Amino acid sequence: MASQEILRGEPSRGSFINDPRIRSLFFQTLVVILLFSSIWWIVHNVIENLQRLHIASGFGFLKSRAGFDISDTPIAYTSDSTYFRALVVGLLNTIIIAAAGIVLATVVGFLIGIGRLSQNWLIRKICTVYVEIFRNIPPLLVIFFWYSGVLAVLPPPRESIHLPLGSFLNQRGFYLPRAVWGDGSWLIGVALLLAIAMAWFVAQRARQRQRATGQQFPVFWTSVALIVGLPVLAFLLSGMPLTFDFPKQSTFNLTGGFWIKPEFLSLLLALSFYTAAFIAEIVRAGIRGVSKGQTEAAAALGLRSGPILRLVVIPQAMRIVIPPLTSQYLNLTKNSSLAIAIGYPDLTATAGTVLNQTGQAVEGVFIMMIAYLVLSLVTSFVMNIVNARMALVER
Amino acid sequence: MKHIAIGILGAAALGFVASAASAGTLDTVKQKGFLQCGVSTGLAGFSAPDDKGDWKGIDADFCRAVAAAVFGDASKVKFTPLSAKERFTALQSGEVDILSRNTTWTSNRDSALGLDFVGITYYDGQGFMINAKKLPGVNSALQLSGAAVCVQSGTTTELNLADYFKKNKMEYNPVVFEKLEEVNAAYDAGRCDAYTTDQSGLYGIRLTLSSPADHVVLPEIISKEPLGPAVRQGDDQWAHIARWTYFALLNAEEAGITQANVEEMKTSTDPNIQRLLGTEPDGKYGADLGLSNDWVVNIVKAVGNYGEMFERNVGSGSPLKIARGINALWTKGGLQYGPPVR
Repeated sequence: MASQEILRGEPSRGSFINDPRIRSLFFQTLVVILLFSSIWWIVHNVIENLQRLHIASGFGFLKSRAGFDISDTPIAYTSDSTYFRALVVGLLNTIIIAAAGIVLATVVGFLIGIGRLSQNWLIRKICTVYVEIFRNIPPLLVIFFWYSGVLAVLPPPRESIHLPLGSFLNQRGFYLPRAVWGDGSWLIGVALLLAIAMAWFVAQRARQRQRATGQQFPVFWTSVALIVGLPVLAFLLSGMPLTFDFPKQSTFNLTGGFWIKPEFLSLLLALSFYTAAFIAEIVRAGIRGVSKGQTEAAAALGLRSGPILRLVVIPQAMRIVIPPLTSQYLNLTKNSSLAIAIGYPDLTATAGTVLNQTGQAVEGVFIMMIAYLVLSLVTSFVMNIVNARMALVER
Repeated sequence: MKHIAIGILGAAALGFVASAASAGTLDTVKQKGFLQCGVSTGLAGFSAPDDKGDWKGIDADFCRAVAAAVFGDASKVKFTPLSAKERFTALQSGEVDILSRNTTWTSNRDSALGLDFVGITYYDGQGFMINAKKLPGVNSALQLSGAAVCVQSGTTTELNLADYFKKNKMEYNPVVFEKLEEVNAAYDAGRCDAYTTDQSGLYGIRLTLSSPADHVVLPEIISKEPLGPAVRQGDDQWAHIARWTYFALLNAEEAGITQANVEEMKTSTDPNIQRLLGTEPDGKYGADLGLSNDWVVNIVKAVGNYGEMFERNVGSGSPLKIARGINALWTKGGLQYGPPVR
């Protein structure tokens, strides 16, 4: 009520204690003072106690030699690198698991969510059971299930399960042949980029033509032909410069090839399957949220079920889906800190080790908090842009 | 808005209470009536709960010895199991009064971490354990190039491991967990080829594996690991009590005072024993430390002397069967040497 009076600019009446503007100003000032003094007090208290307990403080330790090794290093890292680099490695691992998890969770979540609305009884029930199971088990247990229940009971390295295409599976992880690109392979990359650009151009032209003349053009198949065809052509022209590095048995384990460790694999599967259950529900709610009249109106205009879904239902459903989807992406990113339970070197695990080796707990926790905050804010920033593009454009 | 203001005031007030001035640790411990002791989450021979939930091991017994010195009653101890990562923060923040948790004494921990190590209750060194059945032909740590090695994070072990493989120009794949049980489970499941920690720890862990006989400890010792209890820096009285409890255990062994004969020894006329047991007329060595004069009697009655503590927990009286080695008294060619009580 106070704000309404201010907005209307009415002169205040009565004693100044009862003046809503003065009261509002007084309380706001009070809160600001209290807020800042408590922050100041907390900082002061921490610094004073650290000094009293003779504990080193400050961020100087970041430049010292870390001395410990990390199992997954997306960038060059040895025990001679600095603590700062160790933290960066941890952060990159968190980003990798979060990004991979988000992609997989979205795909699985959309499939399950649509499956729950299927006409087919069996598919519908399977999807319901999936959602009810994964949504109601704590994510940590799902991680342990994959790590100790599924991957740890695989055979030891010397009895690896031989999978097609020269890949192997054992309790130390999943091994794939690694592509080694030879001379002239840049041509393939160029061809791919070119194909994407051409596909985009074709799509633009097709849309313009449809607007102008009403004639349609098979954009999808043309794009597929371009994106697959051009790189394959380039591959053949440049003399097939591709060899594979196959995993081979050595003293302790398989070496060579591309190695996905069980820690990463179980964390990825657990996080994405867990989050997918929530995404499925969001997707179902989104599709259900589009009024039936829309589908019926589209059908009355003569559209078939494919275009109805693609042009009428999904664009409207996405508007309902995206905001809660953002929350799920943020949850997945934050849940990735459960990695510590199975020893995947994400930010929490690495920063924890740094914290322990240097003994600087306050700084360590502060760095972790800032890193997760920035990561989450970036995720929500990106999702807000997507959301703005999806929003209803009123004409 | 009022509610917010009250909330902030409340939070601030709570904070003030939490930071109330800290008295000396001895007074705090006496006031609350028990000693809060930080131990491991379960390392056989050092600190591990038995089937009745009682903590057993050298480190647990050391806390009992301190409690006996302070209260005359070894049962006045409460144990807090701590992971390697939690241990220093727990001591720094006052959650535990003493950290007796197979912790390596290093210069950095003594200085920058605000800790004060009181002695070396066990001279250890880091080693490797492998499954000899799965890896026949491996009989030296120098053959471990390319191996996956299980290790606990936030330990000196993790650093020594990196240094050792770097020095010998070998590759390895670290498999790192925060908790000891997680490392044990991963090694037992075959996630790694080798397990590295202090050698005493390896012997203890081997007993907990599904088939202990398959595993061997490799001969190399790659580091010095002087393990001992630590207290907070800046409380000299409390550090003295912890340090002299350790020395008392050593002196008792040297003087031949055991759990069984301590009462008889009280009548001894040997001035050295009289000083130790507080039976010397006008002697007040215990009182000077802030304890009672019969503090050593209480300690030995509770846990025995150092030798008894060793044999019971890790030596011939235990499943570990570790030889005294360098942990023997100096009089028997070892490194354990207690300065005199006088």
